[in-house]
Amino acid sequence: MSGQRTVAQGTLATPDPPGAGALIEVAGLHVDYGFGQDAVHAVVDVDFSLHRGEVLGLAGESGSGKSTLAYAVTRLLGPPGLITAGQVRFRGSVDMLSATEHELRGLRWNDIAVVLQASMNALNPVSRIGAQFADVLHAHRPRMSRAAMRKRSGELLEMVGIPADRLRSYPHELSGGMRQRVLIAMALALDPAVVIMDEPTTALDVVTQREILQELTALRDRLNFAVLFISHDLSLLVEIADSIAVMYAGRLVELGPAGDVYRAPRHPYSLGLLGSFPPMHGPHKRMQGIPGSPPDLRTPPAGCAFNPRCRYAFDRCDADPHPPLFALGDGRAAACWLQDGTETVPEALAGKTGVRP
Amino acid sequence: MTTTERTGTGRVDGGVPVLEARSLVKYFPVRRARFGVGGSAVHAVEDVTLALPESGITAVVGESGSGKSTLARMLAQLIKPTSGSVLLDGKPAVPGRSYARAVQLVLQDPFESLNPVHSVRYHLARPLQVHGLTGGASLDGLVTELLERVSLTPADEFIAKLPHELSGGQRQRVAIARALAVRPRVLLADEPVSMLDVSIRLGLLNLLADLRDRDGLAVLYVTHDIASARYLADQIAVMYAGQVVESGPAAPLTDEPAHPYTQLLLSAAPDPDRPTPPTLAAQGAPPNLTRPPSGCRFHPRCPHAMTVCTQTAPPAFALTGGHSSACWLHARDLTAAQSQPLQGRGRGGQDDGPQQATAKETPA
Repeated sequence: MSGQRTVAQGTLATPDPPGAGALIEVAGLHVDYGFGQDAVHAVVDVDFSLHRGEVLGLAGESGSGKSTLAYAVTRLLGPPGLITAGQVRFRGSVDMLSATEHELRGLRWNDIAVVLQASMNALNPVSRIGAQFADVLHAHRPRMSRAAMRKRSGELLEMVGIPADRLRSYPHELSGGMRQRVLIAMALALDPAVVIMDEPTTALDVVTQREILQELTALRDRLNFAVLFISHDLSLLVEIADSIAVMYAGRLVELGPAGDVYRAPRHPYSLGLLGSFPPMHGPHKRMQGIPGSPPDLRTPPAGCAFNPRCRYAFDRCDADPHPPLFALGDGRAAACWLQDGTETVPEALAGKTGVRP
Repeated sequence: MTTTERTGTGRVDGGVPVLEARSLVKYFPVRRARFGVGGSAVHAVEDVTLALPESGITAVVGESGSGKSTLARMLAQLIKPTSGSVLLDGKPAVPGRSYARAVQLVLQDPFESLNPVHSVRYHLARPLQVHGLTGGASLDGLVTELLERVSLTPADEFIAKLPHELSGGQRQRVAIARALAVRPRVLLADEPVSMLDVSIRLGLLNLLADLRDRDGLAVLYVTHDIASARYLADQIAVMYAGQVVESGPAAPLTDEPAHPYTQLLLSAAPDPDRPTPPTLAAQGAPPNLTRPPSGCRFHPRCPHAMTVCTQTAPPAFALTGGHSSACWLHARDLTAAQSQPLQGRGRGGQDDGPQQATAKETPA
């Protein structure tokens, strides 16, 4: 290793494919809950970018700031959440953070759609599915005729594998999987460029989850929208995402192509997290997970937020400030002092495949 | 990391199992019968037989609504079975305090199962007092010992804390320590890690494995996550729509699943090592249990369904090595008419017929 590494900017870490600008570019984003002394730093200095047709998996445990990040990017964050610094650009030109409510109205659902976690609560229980589709279409396409709305709603339902006659159903007449499909169909109603999905399949059984993921992948291939897929299940993200961003205690700690992050993680937290999923094959081994628990963000540890749980921690980890995201080449980046180019990297984090315990 | 042999015996054949379920059935009435007729019921658990051997972890794997929690609650004698029996040491179990001393239940959500106004000390001292187990020893000493058994050390640091001062994993450890207070021989754990963060789940699972190995506990591990069952359990029973469809030693069952439902479950489970995206082995959703399907309950979804599957429920066919599967595909003496594939389905699992097109998903 020669020389100190540069700090990754979001665009450096996932370089643009030629001729295609990033749809969403986030730089130096900070989000606090509360003010002044008592403020909890829920998202700290996050950079990433999302490209057309890409599925970016955002992994992290509860309280790691992944949902807060998604809400901040879409400006859906309500008080006491506060964006204190940073930049979010949509299609390179729209500044999401200074956009007025009127401008945001034009973007939301048309360009950026959101699928929330609790599908049971996202649908209106006293209104038929068809009426809820009509609401969306009417709000954003006021000139659309009733017949055209009905036709479009039916098409959307069939797109996610539900017969169009289900438009006459109420939400309680649908199973959990069907409700989640309805929400995905609604999110796609106006042909958005970006769909943000916050744990869309967490409450569902594995078989239903798999069916929905397969439909989502097929739709993405057909319609070429980008997906920010938030999940705590890293093994699932490895399968469906193109790239993965791992969050810990409000920061992005690792970023890279999904397969590479899985085969050769560069951050000790990603390594530990991957080691927390028992494998489906091979002989039985005792695995350890990660000792300790995620930090309380009201009293974060000094230095790197992961250092009290890290088996590779050394003196710099609590003496120096939190490490920035170091660019490691090939679209990879990790926020760990071991990866700054001056330290000896343990074999398990050196980016070689096949050494993960 | 080295490969270790499993220390748990997990055998059913070595003597009398500590706890046994024999042909347990549970129906929950949903509409009251008028004049004795017309009532309907959810057939939540149908004829389940299960044995929990000493020093063994038995996992019950199933999706929501498969009856796995109902089974655990019947084993804990919290609900009364419609028919069938629970045997403790081979003798019919009598609900009550002595049963509670032998069999303890740990619930899913440690945020709800601990009382927010009471300290850790209170939670752990209470069962000791109720069951009169203090025996002259200092209560704090016994509580400290319990905390150490679940690796909440140093115990002094935790003993006076309230639940909200603990993390989810620590709370679940307190819940396990509370169950251990009466020195039970059976621990029923109903989804003990599904509410916890991924990075701390293994710690809890390893604790259950240690309790099996050190204290010889018989553990029932109820879960929807077949990967964690493979990791932790000696034996796995897979439940579908209230019935056990396949059971056997953990590794052979997950490596070579014999029942089409287990195959479906495994094909859907997240597995980053899979070289290509999976093809689901079947479609559709679990049936409505107020009117369960005739014959095999999986036949409306099964790609291999035959005529016999719609008529008669399959018995459990014994395979090699204690592995058994309730599927007619294992029967050798079916007539040609019985083994006739259902319309649109073939034994090869090619399912593109009309059944498939409509069998998308129906609400429960």
